[in-house]
Amino acid sequence: MKYNLLSLLAGLLFGAGLIVSGLANPAKVLGFLDIAGQWDPSLAFVMGGAILVGLFAFAVARKRTLSFLGFTMRLPTNKHIEPRLVVGSMLFGLGWGIAGFCPGPALLALGAGEIKAVVFVASMVAGMMAFEMIERRKRSSGGELRGYQKN
Amino acid sequence: MIDIAWSQFTPGTALTGGLLIGLAAASFLLLNGRIAGISGILGGLLTPARQDILWRVAFLAGLIGAPVIWTLVGNLPPIQVEAGYPALIVAGFLVGIGTRYGSGCTSGHGVCGLSRLSVRSLVATLSFMATAFVTVFVIRHVIGA
Repeated sequence: MKYNLLSLLAGLLFGAGLIVSGLANPAKVLGFLDIAGQWDPSLAFVMGGAILVGLFAFAVARKRTLSFLGFTMRLPTNKHIEPRLVVGSMLFGLGWGIAGFCPGPALLALGAGEIKAVVFVASMVAGMMAFEMIERRKRSSGGELRGYQKN
Repeated sequence: MIDIAWSQFTPGTALTGGLLIGLAAASFLLLNGRIAGISGILGGLLTPARQDILWRVAFLAGLIGAPVIWTLVGNLPPIQVEAGYPALIVAGFLVGIGTRYGSGCTSGHGVCGLSRLSVRSLVATLSFMATAFVTVFVIRHVIGA
């Protein structure tokens, strides 16, 4: 119960951060990604601010096996740089550059009632389902083990 | 030469928002022991372990509910989507399949991964950032020129 409530609060806080930072607005995101045009470097400050806090949090978390509430600390263990990591990230970057939406802001815009975000998120979920289907087929045909992690 | 759009530049709110995002990721990590990676939290719902469903839904409900609560106390900043529907459908699909193959997005790799000094996440972040910069360049200055 506590776990789920804290998840809800983390999601709310995350969403508030997206709204305050401007990252929730695709036009602002594209303004950042457009270095050759009128460049708006604001989003570098969003990443900087988030990582500043994150660095401290992960430095603390790294030394622990349990969270401060006694839950298992689940940090990624995969250290392999596989082709799928790079190719997958590039496909993501392509989609991000086309629309200006990455997953968090897209879900937030959906909550704001933006119809275009509804379409984007539906298609994004379809893309995730395609991934699951391809991977399932690969596994059932005795293909390679899944090298990705859920994070 | 880089031409900075000073009228659009909002370092104060960007930094404040970034700190809030960092706090959200930090609290989720230090209290619940998990990485706040949005694509992973959403994608994990497609093949969920039973004990994993509720917290995933709760986090996403918070994220989706944030603008709803925001409008109760103030004005939501504009969300301007320039892309048309065909582009949004293609882009959404690419973001969905790409983040799953790449094991993360801006939050999981970009914020959390870089914060824990993961080389894997650095490679992923450089890959999607570089591709996004090139994509916008091509759309706005090659095709759109």
